[in-house]
Amino acid sequence: MSFLLTCPNCGVREVTDFGYGGESSKRPAERPASLRELSAYNYFRRNVAGVQREWWVHRSGCRAWFLAERDTTTNAVLWTVLPADAPRADGASS
Amino acid sequence: MRRLPPQPGERIDRSAPLSFTFDGDAIEAFAGDTIASALLASGRSVLSRSFKYHRPRGELCGCGQCASSLVTVDGAPGVRACGRPVTAGMVVEHQNAWPSLRFDAMRATDKLGGVGGTFLQVGFYYKTFIRPRRMWPVYERVLRHAAGLGKLPNRQEQRAWRTEYRRRHCDVLVIGGGIAGLTAAVHAAQLGADVVLCDDDVEPGGVQLAEGGHERMRELAARARTAGVEILSGASALGYFDGLVPVWQGDTLHQVRARRHVAATGAIEQPLVFPDNDLPGVMLAGGARRLAALYALAPGASAVVASVDERGVEAALTLHAAGVRVAAVADLRRDAADCPAAGRLAEAGIPLHAETTVVRAEGRRGVERAVLARVDRTGLALPDSAQQLECDLLAVSGGAVPASSLLLQAGGRSRYDVATGRFLPGELPEGVHAAGAVAGHDELGAAELSGELAGIEAALALGFGGEAVRRELAERRARLEARPLTPCAAPPAHARDGRRGGKAFVDLDEDVTVKDVEQAVAEGYDSIELSKRYTTATMGPSQGRFSQLPAVRALAAATGMPVGEIGLTTARPPWTTVALGVLAGRPFEPAKRSSIHARHRALGATVKWAGDWRRAYDYGDAAAEALAVQTTVGLIDVSTLGKLIVRGPDAGELLDRLYPNTMSSIKPGRIRYGVLLSDAGRITDDGTVCRLDDETFYVTTTSSGAAAVEQWFSWWLADWDLDAHLTDVTQGVSALNLAGPEARALLGRLTELDLSNEAFPYLDAQHTTVAGIPCLLLRIGFVGEVGYEIHCASAHGERLWDALAAEGARPFGLEPQRILRLQKQHILVGQDTDSESTPYGAALSWIVKLEKPQQFIGRWALEHAAQRTAATALVGFTVPSGRVPTEGAVVLHDGKPAGQVTSARRSPKLNQAIGMAWVPAAQAVDDARIHISDVGSTFEARVTTKPFYDPEGAVLRS
Repeated sequence: MSFLLTCPNCGVREVTDFGYGGESSKRPAERPASLRELSAYNYFRRNVAGVQREWWVHRSGCRAWFLAERDTTTNAVLWTVLPADAPRADGASS
Repeated sequence: MRRLPPQPGERIDRSAPLSFTFDGDAIEAFAGDTIASALLASGRSVLSRSFKYHRPRGELCGCGQCASSLVTVDGAPGVRACGRPVTAGMVVEHQNAWPSLRFDAMRATDKLGGVGGTFLQVGFYYKTFIRPRRMWPVYERVLRHAAGLGKLPNRQEQRAWRTEYRRRHCDVLVIGGGIAGLTAAVHAAQLGADVVLCDDDVEPGGVQLAEGGHERMRELAARARTAGVEILSGASALGYFDGLVPVWQGDTLHQVRARRHVAATGAIEQPLVFPDNDLPGVMLAGGARRLAALYALAPGASAVVASVDERGVEAALTLHAAGVRVAAVADLRRDAADCPAAGRLAEAGIPLHAETTVVRAEGRRGVERAVLARVDRTGLALPDSAQQLECDLLAVSGGAVPASSLLLQAGGRSRYDVATGRFLPGELPEGVHAAGAVAGHDELGAAELSGELAGIEAALALGFGGEAVRRELAERRARLEARPLTPCAAPPAHARDGRRGGKAFVDLDEDVTVKDVEQAVAEGYDSIELSKRYTTATMGPSQGRFSQLPAVRALAAATGMPVGEIGLTTARPPWTTVALGVLAGRPFEPAKRSSIHARHRALGATVKWAGDWRRAYDYGDAAAEALAVQTTVGLIDVSTLGKLIVRGPDAGELLDRLYPNTMSSIKPGRIRYGVLLSDAGRITDDGTVCRLDDETFYVTTTSSGAAAVEQWFSWWLADWDLDAHLTDVTQGVSALNLAGPEARALLGRLTELDLSNEAFPYLDAQHTTVAGIPCLLLRIGFVGEVGYEIHCASAHGERLWDALAAEGARPFGLEPQRILRLQKQHILVGQDTDSESTPYGAALSWIVKLEKPQQFIGRWALEHAAQRTAATALVGFTVPSGRVPTEGAVVLHDGKPAGQVTSARRSPKLNQAIGMAWVPAAQAVDDARIHISDVGSTFEARVTTKPFYDPEGAVLRS
């Protein structure tokens, strides 16, 4: 795996500068109704082959967390933004 | 070999002689020589011994690519003598020969092959050495000694060479500095692109440097530099990894990331396959030309040239011009006599034998004779066509194969063009261009034109240049397409005279013969990928550069399949063999040290790793240090604790959402213990939270968890959009813990603060000065005695330490601290807990406040957990027999494993063996008997759910 990411604060850097925070999934506001749903929230990931929204942290840089959309099949990064500026995601991935 | 008179394009500087040693002998050379050219000039012809049969090998490729010239330089093995320039005083040694290069005892393996039949043939180690099985270790030692290419020094100090990484982002990376590469670089750069060009050789120019074009190529390189191209010479592209190309140049590994790539990697001349085609003196025609043109060496006194195309004729003419007598040219082409240069050959008096090839080389230590013959389709000499010619140089050329490995690694495909008999790159991946011989444009003009095209196309794709350039491009493309590719002649897979004896090598790196390939096919390994793995052909140090076509042709001959159907093997990195140390880069093991570390060293502390930290484990006597804390006063450096400042109107809310207990209700100047949980309710870290003022909290974490907690906090902060800010002050703040019955009195002498229990009770925090140093004082008791954590700017750390030590505080290390905290059953996250531990299991139920309103992290999982009894619980235990179990020992229940010991020590204060363990929940009651199985014996222990020392905390709070 080798590609570039644009830190919203610092600019373009090698992916090795960053920490991966996994696919972005919103924490529910209230407790999931069943243990099964809770476990799904805790342990299941969508793991899409395609574009997904995900968290990254500029670990060896400004240490900011930001969101990115990346195609997991090509590692093409569509965009990166600080969370406050994130475009609304489609219902499924946010 | 002798030196020739000065050659027009020679690379050596005759005014700068220098010397180095080879196997202890002084060798005279000129600046600009390679190790190989200097050794050859000194009269040596054998440079190495082969991998398996230990046959003597001489120069083959002359360009630093083959395995025939591997030597050890200044202790580093695997250096290619014909690529590495000499430096004064360098120590060069042969490898893979014992006792000497001239006489190698392991040569017996070669002779045995002739007599015994199957010894060392393909697959021999799978078949020969498997029985009896118990003998394998013996076989292995012998085989390891027999095989291999050089030895690494055992000791790290003897491997002082190291590489640094350099990251380089550019618009266009051109790989290969021949005519096509340089032209592409110049054109892309002139249109405004930031261009890097890398090339294996010590200067760009490619084959033209040795083939009459040196002036032009050097002028072109100068133009490239003027246009702003960064030229990396002596720099090999190792592979293509998702657009990242590592380029190895001496002690630097450039990680070049370009938006566009131009592969101008050229084509690789292939050897011919015939009996004893590895004798020293058998050389690639191009290699012989390089030796003559660049190093002014006469590659032989008398030469025979054997080829399948124009390369042979050209080589013969240049060798002749350099003063080498050329006895004959054997050219496999039927119409060889009609070729453009045939006339010049005749003028030079060099006989040209058309439809003829070499069927055997003869000689003892090197080539003495070549046998030429006309051959049938299989390569067998036709009756009465053979002739013997005396020579000491046999220059061979079996056509060329495009050096397409990087293109293929980038996702391109190779295709076999039946009409021309060439392997050509098929469709190229996005962003990758091919120029020159690698794309089939091996004629000079076509190579240049394809370079122009690639450079302009790459620049245009990046937005450089305009409409006019685009139009020009179309015109150039049309011109290039108008040039047809010339057909390639294919030599037989195995030319031979039919006489017995002599090995015909398909792969010189790995000592794989035609016979080996035939045997592999006979045993069923009949596809190129299987045959490759079984015979190891193309798997040697030259990465198949000189064995690709011979291996394909041998397989085609053995299976009867056409070459095009056999195809090429999968291209994998590294394209150039590289030492693992180069990829590893500088040894980089980050170590964190507290600002007081020098004091610990000066005190003779045993320093050990604790996560990334180097910490004082003890100062010689852990038990005495622990006791001192309990009887007088001790001092420990706890600067390694993670320290975060959380500030803002929502700081309390943030902490309430992150911790299972309530932090927003802490009054300014008070401290609360907390554990951090994952959303699955598992303990991830612990520490204290101190409220400094309404909007400011000072959070400490475990030493090893600091970075993770900071990331955890900032992640949720990023998601939740709370008005709070996080500052990690771990590195900027030193912290000392002063503890013991005399701690209060000692500290009282250094501060004006009222330290009485009424004025400054347990879990209070105050800003004050200690020994004149501004400090934050936290009254915390991790070790169980009255204690103060004193935090100050790390610049003052040593001064604070000195002041406290001068007052009589005895330093104690990590180990005594662990004894003391175990007496109190204070958990160590990660030691006493694991990824499955919840606060309920870890006897921390009291910390979970399900009644608070926040949907804190871990809450939902704990709500479920609260309704069930945990299967196991963390408890303390004592061992009546006094035995201290190993940490990790098994707790048995009904004879079956049911838990484990997480911590165990001997307590000097209590004079007994104490510990903590996960036990079945039913046994988590005082005085329950548990059984511990440890290193083969089982013994009893008693459960203690309360701290072993000061169970009610009276001492701590006094």
